[in-house]
Amino acid sequence: MIELVGISRRYGEVVALSDVSFTLGRGELLTVLGPNGSGKTTLLKILGALETPTDGEVLIDSVRVEGRNMDVLRRRATVVFQRTVLLRGSVRRNVEFGLRQLDLSGDEVDRRIDEVLELVGLEEIADRRARSLSGGEQQRLSLARALALDRELLLLDEPTANLDPESLAIVKEVISGLNRDRGTTVVMATHNLIQAEELSGRLILLIGGRIVEEGSPDTFFHTPSAEMRRFARSENIYAGDSLIVDGVAHIDIGGGVNVRATFSHEGRATIHIAPEDIIVSLGVLESSARNSLKGRIIGVEEMNSVVKLKVDVGRTFIAQITRRSLVEMGLNVGQEVYITFKASSVQAI
Amino acid sequence: MVSALWEGLLRALSLIVMRDPTLMEITLRSVAISGLATLFAALWSIPLGILIGLERFKGRIILRGFFNTLMGMPTVTLGLVLYLLFSRSGPLGFLRVLYSPGAIIVGQSLLITPIIVSFVANTLEAADPEIRSLALTLGASEMGARFTVLSESLDGVLLAVTASFNRAIAELGVALMLGGNIRGVTRVLTTSIALETSRGELELGIALTIVLLTIVGVVNLSTNLFRRRTHP
Repeated sequence: MIELVGISRRYGEVVALSDVSFTLGRGELLTVLGPNGSGKTTLLKILGALETPTDGEVLIDSVRVEGRNMDVLRRRATVVFQRTVLLRGSVRRNVEFGLRQLDLSGDEVDRRIDEVLELVGLEEIADRRARSLSGGEQQRLSLARALALDRELLLLDEPTANLDPESLAIVKEVISGLNRDRGTTVVMATHNLIQAEELSGRLILLIGGRIVEEGSPDTFFHTPSAEMRRFARSENIYAGDSLIVDGVAHIDIGGGVNVRATFSHEGRATIHIAPEDIIVSLGVLESSARNSLKGRIIGVEEMNSVVKLKVDVGRTFIAQITRRSLVEMGLNVGQEVYITFKASSVQAI
Repeated sequence: MVSALWEGLLRALSLIVMRDPTLMEITLRSVAISGLATLFAALWSIPLGILIGLERFKGRIILRGFFNTLMGMPTVTLGLVLYLLFSRSGPLGFLRVLYSPGAIIVGQSLLITPIIVSFVANTLEAADPEIRSLALTLGASEMGARFTVLSESLDGVLLAVTASFNRAIAELGVALMLGGNIRGVTRVLTTSIALETSRGELELGIALTIVLLTIVGVVNLSTNLFRRRTHP
């Protein structure tokens, strides 16, 4: 359906994508995996004809997409951005916006709005002001807005990041259902390994704007390459023995570190804690979170607006914080800090 | 002094309540002149603001700075420049517009042009850059996407227009120098306030001031209500 040939995209000095080529078949569910700043968003914007590549070409059904012709691709695809952008007015009006660009009857517009709002579980609050919704509801709304258009190609940028469990379940169900039932081609960008393994049919690992690996989830997760292992390490993946005590899993991941989790699996377990779920503080944090570990910062890696801190608590954990927090808290290598995360943030792979 | 003020206030209120014909005439003329000036200024200033706020071209920053600077232009300076242009011996003297309502309309619309341009440009620049991308990916055309950014920033545009009308109706320099405060022709609220006060007719001056403040207040209030109604 779509073919990318040697796509590069530069913003001034910054190279966002470099020599990216792949084909996307009709009805495929492709996951683009990669750390923040690896070019995932740029790739989606090129696929959605919102950006033009600096080099290379995009072909849709063997026709080159360029200039005036961008509309052709734009009308067959739609992007759901990572950072939700809502239009003013009601939930309903947000969905209506895209539908009004199509040649549809008023009844058909209403029918589609009701249908997609029900799909994402927002039908009861259709008349609420969109900007008053919770984060998870806003993300569901932006998905609904895209679904209403019923495009052939759905491009999702980190659709599951920062979602509450209810929204996460809905979004995952909608994405896989859409691909399965309507045959919609889906490209999903994520840095979350769990979702990548659960949802995708094919995976691409993007690092520094280049495709470093491509294959099925099976090869990615069971015979991982060196790059994949390195990427996984930056994502807090540990193996250990799980023991259920009072309904809470205690996982000994070595180095004297015992992690608590809410799953009910006993024995050998591989766990993952998303770096953005870890809170960094200078003192002990009084909170309901079951995991609080004292350690020392051993590395600071800045990428765009976020910073990844390497904290040694016996095992090395990666915590993602904003650049602003880094500055305001005066964090630096060698400093003693506490890392805190909820038992429910620990996911079994 | 306080009692004079009090007395003035009471008589002023009675003038307003009795709908004093002179007061009514001056008020309506003020609203009409400044309203037309705002309307005309909006016609060219909003597109100009959109251009500076949304498009990227050479000289944009300079143009932006130019309008920002002009926002602080003293009304008498503009009045003087236009007076020289419109006076009998001036380059535009043949138009014979000096000391007519038209001259005030031209003057006030030029006075508020930089306000509208700068406010609109600012609002659009501050708007979420992703709104344009969002509109495009939801199927809007390039023009439609621009329009979406504008309509999402309607508050700022409305504020620009309201602030400009307030500035126009409350300014004195242009109205005095280009209109000449001719009774029944170019006498507006601010010029009469200045005249009546200098003549010692405090109560009429106070009455006119109350009317002026009320107009400004009502305009602000109704824009706020409109904003709430259309975008809850």
